[in-house]
Amino acid sequence: MADGETALLLARIQFAFTVSFHFIFPAFSIGLASYLAVLEGLWLKTRDDTYLRLFKYWIKIFAVAFAMGVVSGIVMSYQFGTNWSVFSDRAGPIIGPLMAYEVLTAFFLEAGFLGVMLFGMDKVGKKLHFFATLMVAAGTAASAFWILSVNSWMQTPTGHEVNEVGQYVLAGSWLDVIFNPSFPYRLVHTVIAAYLTTALVVGAVGAWHLLKGHDRPGVKRMFSMAMWMMAIVAPIQILAGDQHGLNTLEHQPMKVAAMEGHFESFESHAPLILFGIPDSEEETVHYKVQIPDLGSLILRHDVNLGLEGLDTVAREDRPPVGIVFWAFRIMVGLGFLMAGLGLLGLFMRWRGKFYSSRLLHRFALLMGPAGFVAVIAGWVVTEVGRQPWVIYNVMRTEDAVSAIGVPGVTGSLIAFVIVYFSVFSVGTWYILKLMSHPPSAGDVEPQGPIRSAGITPAAIEEKAWERGEDE
Amino acid sequence: MGDPTLTVIWAAIIATGIAAYVVMDGFDLGIGMLFPRLKVGQERDMAMNSIAPVWDGNETWLVLGGGGLLAAFPLAYAVILPALYAPLIAMLLGLVFRGVAFEFRWRDPAHRKYWDFAFFGGSLVATLAQGITLGALLEGIEIEGRAYAGGWWDWLTPFSLLCGAALAIAYQLLGSCWLVMKTTGSLQTEARRVAKILVPFTLVMIGAVSLATPYVEDQYFSRWFEWPGLAVTIPMPLLILGVTYMIWRDLESGYDYRPFFWALGLFLLSMVGLAISIWPDVVPGRISIYDAAAPRESQIFMLVGAGVLIPVIFAYTAWAYWIFRGKVDEAGYH
Ligand code: HDD
Ligand code: HEM
Ligand code: HEM
Repeated sequence: MADGETALLLARIQFAFTVSFHFIFPAFSIGLASYLAVLEGLWLKTRDDTYLRLFKYWIKIFAVAFAMGVVSGIVMSYQFGTNWSVFSDRAGPIIGPLMAYEVLTAFFLEAGFLGVMLFGMDKVGKKLHFFATLMVAAGTAASAFWILSVNSWMQTPTGHEVNEVGQYVLAGSWLDVIFNPSFPYRLVHTVIAAYLTTALVVGAVGAWHLLKGHDRPGVKRMFSMAMWMMAIVAPIQILAGDQHGLNTLEHQPMKVAAMEGHFESFESHAPLILFGIPDSEEETVHYKVQIPDLGSLILRHDVNLGLEGLDTVAREDRPPVGIVFWAFRIMVGLGFLMAGLGLLGLFMRWRGKFYSSRLLHRFALLMGPAGFVAVIAGWVVTEVGRQPWVIYNVMRTEDAVSAIGVPGVTGSLIAFVIVYFSVFSVGTWYILKLMSHPPSAGDVEPQGPIRSAGITPAAIEEKAWERGEDE
Repeated sequence: MGDPTLTVIWAAIIATGIAAYVVMDGFDLGIGMLFPRLKVGQERDMAMNSIAPVWDGNETWLVLGGGGLLAAFPLAYAVILPALYAPLIAMLLGLVFRGVAFEFRWRDPAHRKYWDFAFFGGSLVATLAQGITLGALLEGIEIEGRAYAGGWWDWLTPFSLLCGAALAIAYQLLGSCWLVMKTTGSLQTEARRVAKILVPFTLVMIGAVSLATPYVEDQYFSRWFEWPGLAVTIPMPLLILGVTYMIWRDLESGYDYRPFFWALGLFLLSMVGLAISIWPDVVPGRISIYDAAAPRESQIFMLVGAGVLIPVIFAYTAWAYWIFRGKVDEAGYH
């Protein structure tokens, strides 16, 4: 491989690695911030201390996850310049303002109110504290809004023209840029994905403690809340994903062809390939298991309509098929499993075995990490399926990269891999450790002197736990 | 290209963002670097607690600096970041370590000393990298067309190292003055002692960087030693001397709050000096703010948002600082 190609490949691996790591944390904290707001709101409304106990339980976990999200996110905001400088120079006039809006509307909001949310319960009073929690949740949502708008513009660019120095600049209205054709779908699908991810984690923690026999009110309450989420939201996500796919078919047909493993085009009656091994060299899918006509039915809603295959474009304009094909199946498979979990939860409620069915609890425990896997798989579909373009049909990835030599990118990539794996696995370990304690009574009954000294509930709860206090 | 007036406004906004970053994250990075001097246990916990509620907000100004540069001066962003690849990656990794240490050290008492070290090391690396970045930028960057054309090690020079060391000392001064303001007892006594030692060092460093700067680029020389630059060149050292003396005097006479605000003043003066050297360039001697400016449509769109949001951000940031005003409790928040 020529040096330039190697450097490009390394830069791509570095970007994929750092952004995948980054996204794991927002996927969890977007949902958790909203969950915390719901818990605190319900507590203020009902005065039921179980909600407060849960709030104080999850806020510690949130603090650790959020810190990791922030530090990995700061890395992202500099990567565009360090490694994709040509892209930054040329696309900066369009995506720069959107990212600046993200900083101004989202990051400052989160950061500004986070301190009050984590440490200010005793200082500002309940109402104002609830307001801070709401602002943090709003910040995470605003962040998703802007960054997904940027990403969607790169997928389905609209509202721009090229100026005399080759930059993409506004032509028309900013609304065309922000609300580009794939943005509404991506926003809905990704935010729901974050909620599902969080619900799966909350559900798994509840299930774990139920399996361990800690069937306290707090444990039951969180398990039940998570399973309601699963039953209602997982099916919605399947519908949203279907609509997203139809939109992608309209704007990025080659991505859909790669997802479906369709090397050849179909005039009508396109099949749905369930499984198989795509082979880009021979342009075929080996050992495929397929259902006739279903491809046309799902994507065109009519068996008599056809689908374009990868053979409609030159080889150098096709995305890698294998990764996209498999990542898509992982995501969709997990989506159906999530819906299945929701259904099983409903069934057990109906049978009155919701808190005693070990089958349900084991299933929920097993599905704990499924959200993270589905989310990363989804992004791989989206991003790899966009190749070889960095801005779809506008700018190629190979033209976007900085002129950093192989040694430079190799060095930084190795450093990122080592640091991320060591730091973030320790952080994940701390989160798991926090989760291994059930929410306890100590969460809400801080005793005299400790309270007046302003210590957080976190430390109190740990002490209560160490003393073996129970509800 | 951009509209000239809007370009100047944007340069001012970015400069304000960077200044806000330097003073705000400056004191918490400084505390990180001072950490090994503090006693394990209560002193360190208290120092950490004095910044725990605000550090994330402080660091967000860095994101605004980077994001704002991309948005308002994309060409500068695209040239500067690859040129300073190594120090910037080092800075980001340093910030990873110190950022997570805020939470991790409380989660794991058995390994707290490692996270305390990560907090120190991360702060030190990030600060040195920022100083080196500044120094390398002042020395100028090689450019061809619209891209960086220099070598891999161009950033490593005696001058950039000097800037790195200077920043490390100055941040520690700011951090120790913060601790004098926010804490009590043995920690405060120690912070006051260290701050007093750092005052002369800071002065020497400012002097060294100021004397070296006019020689790294002809442009700076003519700025400072020809009329009208002389109007600033003459009073500037006096002002700096005066403010430095005030820091020292107020530390000596036992004031808690004043030294920190004088130290802020010292930073602002230094930044004014920098601005005089560089203006109106973003990449000194190579790219002016007018060359790098984003198109008018982009400038206006962002200005609407920035005009409304930056005052709001200042307001709630001030509110958050106000909530956690006064001395930190010994038990702290954690
Ligand atoms: C703001 C824009 C943006 C956003 C929100 C994302 N990406 Fe992306 N991604 C890019 C902008 C981008 C990029 C800068 O445009 C890259 C670098 C090279 C390329 O082709 O696109 C890219 C490449 C890229 C690749 C490598 C694809 C390839 O080169 O074959 C992967 C696997 C991901 N990204 C994964 C993700 C994940 C897991 C994300 C979830 C947060 C994500 N991306 C969000
Ligand atoms: C390449 C793309 C991305 C960049 C450059 C980026 C940048 C950043 C930065 C700089 C931060 C830290 C902010 C702070 O200091 O508080 C951050 C945190 C965050 N980001 Fe990203 N981000 C990217 C992708 C995403 C995506 C795709 C989402 C959501 C859909 C997202 C959601 C968040 C959220 C919610 C936070 C708050 C911290 C957390 O919840 O863990 N980011 N990001
Ligand atoms: C089971 C039904 C599902 C279908 C049919 C579906 C469909 C899709 C499609 C077509 C894309 C690519 C869109 C594009 O690149 O243009 C996508 C992306 C994505 N999916 Fe899914 N999905 C499903 C379930 C899930 C689940 C359960 C999750 C996570 C919990 C998830 C998370 C994501 C994410 C994060 C992306 C990338 C962001 C985006 O482009 O929206 N998906 N999905």
